[in-house]
Formats: sequence, C-alpha cells, structure tokens
Amino acid sequence: MTQWLPIAEIAAKVNAGELTATAMVEQALGAIADGADYQAIIATTETRARERAAIIDEQIKRGELAGRLAGVPFIAKDNFLVFGAETTAASNILRGFVAPYQSTAIERLEAEGAICVAKANLDAFAHGSSTENSDFFPTKNPHDKARVPGGSSGGSAAAVVLGMAPFALGTDTGGSIRLPASFCGAVGYKPTYGLVSRSGVVAMASSTDVIGPLTRTVDDAALVLDVMSGQDKLDGTTIVKDDAGYDGRALDLSGKKIGVIKEYMSDDLQPGVRQAIERAIDGARQAGAEIVEVSLPSLPLGLAIYYVLCPAEVSSNLSRYDGQRYGYSAPDAADLEESYTKSREVGFGAEAKRRIMIGTYVLSSGYYDAYYRKAQIVRTKLIKEFEAAFKEADFLLGPTVANTAFKLGEVSDPLQMYLTDIMTVAANLVGCPAISIPAGTSDELPVGLQLMAPSRADRDLLGCARRFEEVLA
Amino acid sequence: MIDAKTRDAYTVTVGIECHVQLKTKTKLFSGADNDAREAAPNTLVNHIDFGLPGALPVLNEEAVRLASKAAFALETRPQKFSKFDRKHYFYPDLPMGYQITQFDEPIIVGGQVEIIVDGQAKTIGITRAHLEADAGKSSHPDGKDYSLVDLNRAGTPLLEIVSEPDMHSAAEAKAYARELYIRMKYADVSYANLYYGNMRFDVNVSVSKTSELGTRSETKNLNSFRSVEKAVEYEVNRQIELLEKGETIVQETRGWHDAKQKTFSQRSKEEAHDYRYMPDPDIPPIVLDEAYIAAVADDMPMLPNDYRDIFRKIGLDAKVAEDILAVPETAKRVARIFDMAGAEHARRVAFWLLQPQDEEVEATDDSADSKGSDEQLVALSDMVASNKLSSTAAKEVLTELLKTGDDPAKIAESKNLLQVSDEGEIAKIVEEVLGANAKAAEDVRNGEMKAIGFLVGQVMKASKGKANPALAQQLIKKQLGL
Repeated sequence: MTQWLPIAEIAAKVNAGELTATAMVEQALGAIADGADYQAIIATTETRARERAAIIDEQIKRGELAGRLAGVPFIAKDNFLVFGAETTAASNILRGFVAPYQSTAIERLEAEGAICVAKANLDAFAHGSSTENSDFFPTKNPHDKARVPGGSSGGSAAAVVLGMAPFALGTDTGGSIRLPASFCGAVGYKPTYGLVSRSGVVAMASSTDVIGPLTRTVDDAALVLDVMSGQDKLDGTTIVKDDAGYDGRALDLSGKKIGVIKEYMSDDLQPGVRQAIERAIDGARQAGAEIVEVSLPSLPLGLAIYYVLCPAEVSSNLSRYDGQRYGYSAPDAADLEESYTKSREVGFGAEAKRRIMIGTYVLSSGYYDAYYRKAQIVRTKLIKEFEAAFKEADFLLGPTVANTAFKLGEVSDPLQMYLTDIMTVAANLVGCPAISIPAGTSDELPVGLQLMAPSRADRDLLGCARRFEEVLA
Repeated sequence: MIDAKTRDAYTVTVGIECHVQLKTKTKLFSGADNDAREAAPNTLVNHIDFGLPGALPVLNEEAVRLASKAAFALETRPQKFSKFDRKHYFYPDLPMGYQITQFDEPIIVGGQVEIIVDGQAKTIGITRAHLEADAGKSSHPDGKDYSLVDLNRAGTPLLEIVSEPDMHSAAEAKAYARELYIRMKYADVSYANLYYGNMRFDVNVSVSKTSELGTRSETKNLNSFRSVEKAVEYEVNRQIELLEKGETIVQETRGWHDAKQKTFSQRSKEEAHDYRYMPDPDIPPIVLDEAYIAAVADDMPMLPNDYRDIFRKIGLDAKVAEDILAVPETAKRVARIFDMAGAEHARRVAFWLLQPQDEEVEATDDSADSKGSDEQLVALSDMVASNKLSSTAAKEVLTELLKTGDDPAKIAESKNLLQVSDEGEIAKIVEEVLGANAKAAEDVRNGEMKAIGFLVGQVMKASKGKANPALAQQLIKKQLGL
C-alpha cells in the first residue's frame, strides 16, 4: 500500500524541491488505479491535477514557495463542486453536471498548493451510512471487501486508508465523516457548525451540514482544517476561526475532565467496541485526565429529531433539481408538470425520494407543529443538555458507532440503517465539534473513538485527540 | 348594472398588499446587479440566482437598512428580531424551488398611514411588512410550444407591505396606494417607478351586508393607482351582482386585464399550494440593536408629512401641496427656500414651479435636471416683491432661468423686462394715454373708478409691460387731479 509522509512534510519537501508536485500527483493516481477494486472513486481529475502540479513545480523552480499544502494531493467527496471533473453527488440527477464554480473549501486548499486528484464515492446526496446508496456503485471497506466502508463519505474514508491521497474531504450531516472514519480506521473530523464554508458543496441538511477532513493522523486533520476554516462571504453561517489556528499539538490532559457518555455505553455495544473504548478511557486516566460519567437524557431522542429535521431540509434543498436548468431532464415530457415529475422520478434514487416524502410530510400544514416544530423544541433541549454536560466535563467521550463495519447488503431496512447514526447525530444537532480516531480493532475491524468538545473549542478538541492518539499508539 | 341603493346596502372592505422593490445595488441574497431595467434577459444572474448546487444565499445588509427606513416611513420601528423562511413551490422562474421570505417574524410589524378622501382624513393600519426575494419573469409567446424565463429579476429585494382591511371604497384604495408610493419615494427606499413595476399592488376585496366580512377575492399585480381603483370598483360590482343573483363568492386569486378593464379568475383556493414554510437554515436571523435603529432614525430624510407641515405654513392649500409633493425635487426646493427666505418667497416659488398633476398617475420627475439655484429663485421672487418685475415678466425670466441658470437680473435686463419706476418717464406715457383716451379719462374724473384699470392697461401696453403698474395708477390719478 502507498505510504505518505505527514502532510506538512510533503509540503515542506515540495517547497524545498526535494519532492515534486508531479511525483505526488502520479503517486496518488497510481494508488487510485491500484485500488480500483474498492470502487472508492467516481472520477479522477487527472488532467487538471497534472496541469496544476506542473505549475507548482515551475513555481518552485523559480524559487517561489507554493503554500502550506504545496503539491499535496487530495480527494474530494463528489458533493464538492470542483473543476476538472463532473460533480454528481453520486446521483443520477446530477450525472453530467460540470461545476462552473468551485467550493470555498477547495479554493482555499488550492490557494495553499493542494491538488485535487479525484472525486470520491458517497451515498447519493450524502443520504446514507454505508455508501451503498450511491446511484452508481457501492464502495468496499479497505479491511474487508465484503464489508461497507460506512457513509456517507465512504469513498473518502476508504481512499485515505487505501493510500490514494494523504487526505480526503468529506461532509458530515449526521455522522457522515466520523462513521466511515470509524469503519475504515481513519481520522474523521467534524468541525463546529459554520467553521468551514459550505459554499459550493451540494447541500444535504443545511442546519447540520459541516465540511471536514479525513486523514490518517490528527496532525494532518488539524492542518487541513486550519487552511479551510474561517468566515466566508459566500456563506452567511460561517464563523471566525480560532486566533491561534489549528494544529496537532497534543493537549496535556492532566487535570482535564473527560465525560464518558452514559447513554452511549449501553449494552447494545458490540463487545469488541466496548473493550476498545474502555482501553481508551484507561489510557486517558493514565495520561492524567479525570474520568467522569455524564448523562444526556435527551440523547436517545437525537435520532428521532434528526430524522424529522434532516428530511425536512433535504426535501427543501432538493427542490432545485427540477430538470429545468441543469442535470437530468426527462427528454420525453409532454408538459412542464410531466417534466418535473419524470425528471425527478428518474433522477432521484429510493433514499432521496424517501427523504423528500418524509420531509414534505413533516412540513405540510397541519403536521408542521406536530413534527418539525416539536423536533426543534427537543433539539433546543438537547443543546441545553450538552451545555450543561460541558460544565461537568471538558470533553465528552464515547464510541463513534456501536459496531464495526457490517457486510454489504446486510442492513436492508432503512430504519435499521438510520440507527447507525445514533451516536453521531447529536454533535450535528448541537453544532459542536466531534472527531473519530482509530482506537484499535474488534475482530480485525477498526473501532472508532469519538470525542466531542463545546462549540468553537476545535483547537482544544484536536489537541485532546492528538493526546489520545499518543496514548493509544 | 346594480343601482346605487342596492350598492349602498353593502359594506365594501379592501385590504392591500404592496410589493416595493428596494433600491439596492445588488440583489437580496446575491452580488448580481439589481437594476434590471435595461438589461438583456438573463445577464444579471449568478450562481445563487440560478440555484446552482451548493449556492448559498447571503443577506444584503443594505436591504435591511432600507426596510428599516421604510418602517419609519410607515410610522413604526423595525423589529429587533426577524428571520427568513422558505416558501416552497415549483415554477421555472423560481430556481431554488422555494422563495425566501419572512413568514411569521417579519422585519416590520404594525404601522399606519393617513389618507385623505373627499377632504376626510382617515388612518389605514399596516399589519406587517416583510422582506422577500422576487421570482424571475416567465413569458409564454403566443403560438409557441415553449415558455421563456428571465432570471434578471430573480432575487430582487422586495418589501411586501400588508395593510389592515381598513379601506371601504375604490377611492380609498387608490389614495392608500398613492400614499404608500409617495412615502416610499420620500423615504428613498425604492425608485418607486410604477412603469418598471417597482411597486405592485394586490387588492383583497369583499362585500357584505352584515358586520361579518364577506368572502374575498385577491386581484394581483396591479401596477398603477388607476388600476387599483378600477380593479376594486370592478370587484365590488361583480361581487354584489353575484350575491344579488343569489350566488356565492369563491375565494380566489384574480388577474387584471388592463385593456378590458376587467378582473379574471386565475386560481381558486382549492388549487392553492401548501407552501410548506420552513425557517431558512442558510440565513441567520436579522438582529437589530437599539444603536442601529437609532442610527437609521437619525438618517431619515424628510417624509411627506414633514413637507405637508411646511406647505401648510406657507399657506398652500391641500391640492397644491399634493401637486408639489408629487415632484420631490420641487417639494425639496420649496422647503429649502422656506428655510432660507421665508414663507412669502417659498409660496411664490411654489406656484411658479407648480405643475398640476394628474393624480391618477405617478409623478414625473422632470424638474430634476432644471437649472437655476435656490438663491436665484429667491432673487427673482425678490424682484417681484420689490416691484422691479411684473409677475408676467417674472414667469418669462423663470423659464429662461430654469433653462440656462443665468442670473435672473441679467435675464430681465437682456429681455428688457425690468419695470420702469422712473416717474418722469411714466408721467410722459400717462400724458399720452390720457390724451388718446379722453372718454375714459373723463369717466375716471367723474368717479367711475372701473375705468382706471383700462387706463393702467393702456399705460402698460404703451410701455411694453415695463411700467410699474402701481406707479402708473398713482400718476394717472395725479394728472387727473384726483
């Protein structure tokens, strides 16, 4: 398997002329070709990637520096608008769509010399937890081809673990970065809501969508986050980044309180997952942290809230895919009404349709108060409980998901699939940062440890995760 | 046709929703140019207006400021908290599949405006006013199997002002529409050009014989005061006729056919959409603090009622005041001259600049590029006051002054219009006139003072209008020994 240096070292060597951007891009493209069986990639952006690499190499030959990510290849989930390939969100309705502008995150990465080499597979429109909902093909778990990589950023997680690039971008609406990171054995970072601009990323549920990196190390994740984060005039919900920026400097845990989430340590945990998490807890204790148990009584309602609010926003956000301006348009429609219905009927997959219908239902007059409004009320309650919990503990800890990667086709009931998100959705509903880091294995499959911190405490969370990484090594 | 007696048995109730286009440089949620007047179709469209994947609306702060000014023009203050919601429906001129509007927490709540109809003042309540993004424009060419969509207007900021159902006649509806128009214009929140659809009115009309309101119809997209009046008038008659025939009114949306001067049915309530309103998660709520609101208040220009107060002090009657008000440049000038030189000069200048307005239509602001400073107008007015210029001659000077901006005294001189106040010169003319009009002179001498006007006129004529008429009269009397 292809090995990559830490991202900062790659950039330093490229800037110093010890490595070339072209070689890095070729290494990535080679690894992508080698790992084709895993179906992690929808398309490469090789032509543009090679052009950009050549430009960067020229720049460095002239004695200029090419940025903090000079020559570092990366892979973007295919819901990022990126030049050089189609942007499909793994959906039939966007098949053939060529982005006329780029997402802010990509622009910021490119400005520091990073090079997008490919677009990764996902559950269509990021609706799913296994990447099996891709309208194109499922992605396979790097540790066992018979298993799912998790989702919806399954292609991104698998690609990083397969060494296709030093980092990949994902989106996390209910756990879509952390869950595949856990299943594949990668680091998956979900920043505070608003810390990275959503501009130019196909929206799923706008009030919980965040953008974050999937990497092999916390250090790499921190560097990528530092480059992407901060206010953007193209996204009114963005917030300022930490004055100190983000780095992978380990935080001294002595004297810090780490709250183990009682509701997440239930009997439903797969035994191997429980053992791995308990090992991490012991490690933290040895690192000087004070371990406390924290209860968030509304947590079990998190999934119910999420599956009211998220489809509501999804049904709204998917309205624009109407076959009139771009993307799939039914060629044989007799009139406008038929053009709408046929384009959407053919263009959307089963899961998108399911969410559109649920969302339309909960927003309908007569049902809004019973579902949407009530869900918002409970969401506010959950936010209050988290605020209270963060008074008792500096960080919260638990598994990312109750089990390890399941087999392709194993979970066919949509509701069962939704349950996979049960430990990740809370951070999205609350808006706080969360990270999944590898915490060993259970029956040779990766287990993810989830850590959470108060909103805007991303810097501390990364430092804490880095310390856990050391402890668990 | 229904007779007046039948008609009088019904109470008419009218409420109006008015869409005001705000004069921002860019659109409500995108950086695309907001001035679609002369632009080719689909040239003022960016990724947000086009509803591309990943495009996020970002609120234009200028629109918030203009809406806040509008609040003061409606005699209230902007809300400290308001938010945006999505209103969902599918149509090709609505690229995102939803309109961004303010559903339950608008930026303006309450307010009022006064109207005067038949000399009676009346207060019309404002329910609310909310910010929203306009849709694009669809057109359906005759005989073609396609429709055209122009997204230039998509995303234009609108302030929708909703009145209470406080109007009870077509005349009141028209007066209200006009008053809103003049207030938005003076508050400087909109170009308020009706021709370009900067203000569009939807009228809700119902009739009832009881104290309970009747079923209403809503006639949409009226773009002149006259069509507001005519549409209300038409709807009142249509509804009463139906009720008199024993039929019922259907709650529906209607359109206005301007050529036929008729409303027509567009869709009934049964076909109405469920818009599935939802708070827009892409746009943080608008939160205005006291300091912001106070700064907007400080920044308010003079509003129509401020001018009306001044015009009252000057002694202009209501009709003249409204005509002056219809041309903001003139109104501002009269107010400035009142400040600078007092009521007498202001009043004279007001009448000079007065252009009788057809109140059916909006004002034309064609005095905007006229020349001549306030000081020059006061100087001209002074020449009349001090008898250096007759009022007829003054008008001639005024025309030239507004055209060229030249010094009024020089204009008067070059046109040889200055009044002659030289006694000797006028006395000579009087002598000639009395000689040539012995009969009239005799009449005056015999106490028939009417004839003196004729003699003065003759003196004026002989002097080519330059003689000071007061002096002429004085000299006539003197020479006739009176």
